[in-house]
Amino acid sequence: MAAVVECGGDTNTKEKHMSLKKALSVASPLTLRIVAECSVTKARACDLILPHGGVITPVFMPVGTQGTMKGITSDQLEGLGCQICLGNTYHLGMRPGPELISKANGLHGFMKWKRNLLTDSGGFQMVSLVELSEVTEEGVKFKSPYDGKEILLSPEESISIQNCLGSDIMMQLDDVVSSTVTGPRVEEAMHRSIRWLDRCIAANQNPDKQNLFAIIQGGLNAELRKTCLDEMTKRDVPGFAIGGLSGGEEKDDFWQMVTLSTDHLPREKPRYLMGVGYAVDLVVCVALGCDMFDCVFPTRTARFGSALVPWGSLQLRQKQFAKDFQPIDPNCHCPTCKTHSRAYLHALFRNDTAAMHHVTIHNIFYQLTLMHSVRQSIIEDRFPEFVRTFMKRMFPSPDQYPGWAVDALASVNVTLD
Amino acid sequence: MASNRMKLELSRVVQGRSRLGVLTGLGRTSQHSLEIPGCLLYTHLGTVPHLTQDTLQTLRNIPSVTQVTLNHIAEQQEVLEDFKQGFTKFAGLHDTVLYCSLYDPAAPCPTGFNTNKTVSVWGSSGRIELTVDKFMALQKTVQPDWYQTMADGETWQNNTSRKRVRKSVDRTLAHLDECLLLHQKSQELEGAEVFGVVQGGDILEERERSARETAKRPVAGFCLDGFQSDSMDQSLRTQLIAAVSRVLPEDKPRLLQGVGRPDEVLDCVEAGVDLFEGFFPFQVTERGSALCFDFDISSNPERAGRAPPAVLELNDNQRDPAGDVPQNGDTNPEDQASVTPFEINLKDKRYRDDFRPLVEGCGCYCCTNHQRAYLHHLLVTNELLAGVLLMIHNVVHYQGFFSALREALANDKVELLKRRIRRPRDEQTESKE
Repeated sequence: MAAVVECGGDTNTKEKHMSLKKALSVASPLTLRIVAECSVTKARACDLILPHGGVITPVFMPVGTQGTMKGITSDQLEGLGCQICLGNTYHLGMRPGPELISKANGLHGFMKWKRNLLTDSGGFQMVSLVELSEVTEEGVKFKSPYDGKEILLSPEESISIQNCLGSDIMMQLDDVVSSTVTGPRVEEAMHRSIRWLDRCIAANQNPDKQNLFAIIQGGLNAELRKTCLDEMTKRDVPGFAIGGLSGGEEKDDFWQMVTLSTDHLPREKPRYLMGVGYAVDLVVCVALGCDMFDCVFPTRTARFGSALVPWGSLQLRQKQFAKDFQPIDPNCHCPTCKTHSRAYLHALFRNDTAAMHHVTIHNIFYQLTLMHSVRQSIIEDRFPEFVRTFMKRMFPSPDQYPGWAVDALASVNVTLD
Repeated sequence: MASNRMKLELSRVVQGRSRLGVLTGLGRTSQHSLEIPGCLLYTHLGTVPHLTQDTLQTLRNIPSVTQVTLNHIAEQQEVLEDFKQGFTKFAGLHDTVLYCSLYDPAAPCPTGFNTNKTVSVWGSSGRIELTVDKFMALQKTVQPDWYQTMADGETWQNNTSRKRVRKSVDRTLAHLDECLLLHQKSQELEGAEVFGVVQGGDILEERERSARETAKRPVAGFCLDGFQSDSMDQSLRTQLIAAVSRVLPEDKPRLLQGVGRPDEVLDCVEAGVDLFEGFFPFQVTERGSALCFDFDISSNPERAGRAPPAVLELNDNQRDPAGDVPQNGDTNPEDQASVTPFEINLKDKRYRDDFRPLVEGCGCYCCTNHQRAYLHHLLVTNELLAGVLLMIHNVVHYQGFFSALREALANDKVELLKRRIRRPRDEQTESKE
């Protein structure tokens, strides 16, 4: 069981202290309390205090790209116990645009979400979705897919949009390179991301209300990663993300980069591993010391009828479930499993969109519950045992354990049976 | 025969035709009731379109009768046979009365497939041909509390010949007799109520003959078929329904199929209809619209506590001079063609920065939490939540209209209600209920 560390600042800084505070450094609206650290692995359980309430970690953050969680109402999402979810700056910046969201009292007001929001920088979508994009020192240039207008997303512009959105955690604009690219472009992108971080920090109009996270880049090159870590950790940012991974690279490279990053990130600040959401990846990367995760996978796959269960997933649209009258997971306590059978959901998929909503609810609940169980095991200092049980349930036999996961877990002293 | 526990208690009959009352003794345990005039809860396979059950449960005053349609269910026959416990349990429904109809009122199916012995319905994977035997076998697996018998309802197209109409009446009566015979022999259907179907197209004598003959059979109530909104002029419809109502017994409910527009509902209630299928809010939702017509007949015309005038003025200033004509290239012209005066189409660009609720003063989840601008955003980005939120509002608004209708019947205010709902939206300033 670990000591409790308090860091970060008071969110309610009084007016009269403001000038003094600014002269030192602006206190970030984030407090991290480490509740427990695993005595074997690098796993940790923390309480994160953000402007819109607490977040217990490790946490999975569902992605609500366009200011909505895919057919789930804000009330339902809150009811599932979600404390923080994502919005995408690129999409929201395009439609309905930052001015409109400002008028609606930010993204919280626009989508009526009372809890915390994290927004990305928009850079990733630009590179992955928009064909005509060009990265210069100034920023990312691209043509709007809606009206063809040329738009420049600079670090300043990204932060300005995110300031309008009013998210509790903003991400710096980084120079994103596919994780399968090698060579000088990776190094250039890493150095540029550091320079852009400084521009983002300077551009933030609401450092007292909105946290800006840095994103560690450097591709799959340990030296570049290390350089980036050294530089970025010199900056006084409230949290760090590990970026540039989860883009189709070898899993062996992936976990090495993750563990290298957590080795050099400050203990007292949250670590967010971007784009990771498969159950095995989550459990392994918690063991490697990450606190926060996001991924579209659980909600996207739900809409195709794939329900997540402790032993993998069920493709509910497959014929084998037509007469299967059990719930998705008999041990699950989500609203879907309490009400509906696999057979009914199978039938409903042919008739109404509500079938997707049912599975989306189940999958979000599955992710959140998984993370709660992980956290509980860390607090009770039985995380390694949890991992072993989890892996046994997930895979039919140990010889099907993915090699990278076995290696990664071994690197933090967890041997699987 | 079923014990006919369903009982119609009329508290008022206005001008000899409009009926106000309550249907009691509904469901296998008889503990449910439904006020008339009223509407059923429209569903896709037991699910209100777009809504999960926990969302549905948050709505107040949802109808106590859930309608399922055989075209969706027929594909599940084998599954339900295996399941054995009936559709209500299969769909995870509880505390509701299950009514099973033949067709989906929101999805008209192609004509020309019915024969003397068969009727066709269209499921998600195509045509399903039903004989009376198959139809009744299905009902045994569904185990509804209440169902309509098999019917040849292909007479709703214009210019259907007299001969075809007569045949439809004859076939439907023959189906009814066969259904009743099988019903009486079935243990699974013990206690279920049977509604006979009145056909007759647009021919008065056939309508009357169909009604008269159906009424001779031991049915609990009547479905009036072939009056679908698109198929018939409203004045002819009300005329025919009034004629049919004169023939039908006073003490049994009449369910009109395929009609849902508020103005048509009012006219049909005046012609003697008791029940409607609740599909209209779904159709409105599917074209990206929110019901916003006024049905407030309370004595205070100022509607204390609602819609502060300042907001209204602001609205008028911002109003697009082009009126109701949609200005947005994103909107589908087909959607627009069917937009009724009872709704606003949220796809329209004018709602982009409209931060008011769909209907000022509406207490639904959507209106108490969200703004038109958000709905507009969800629609233009094709987000699934648009359907969810619109459906919530539209179901609630439509139910509100039906309770206003009952209130109007009780207090002699039907004419006022008619004027209210027909008032052009410009006068309503879009903000009142």
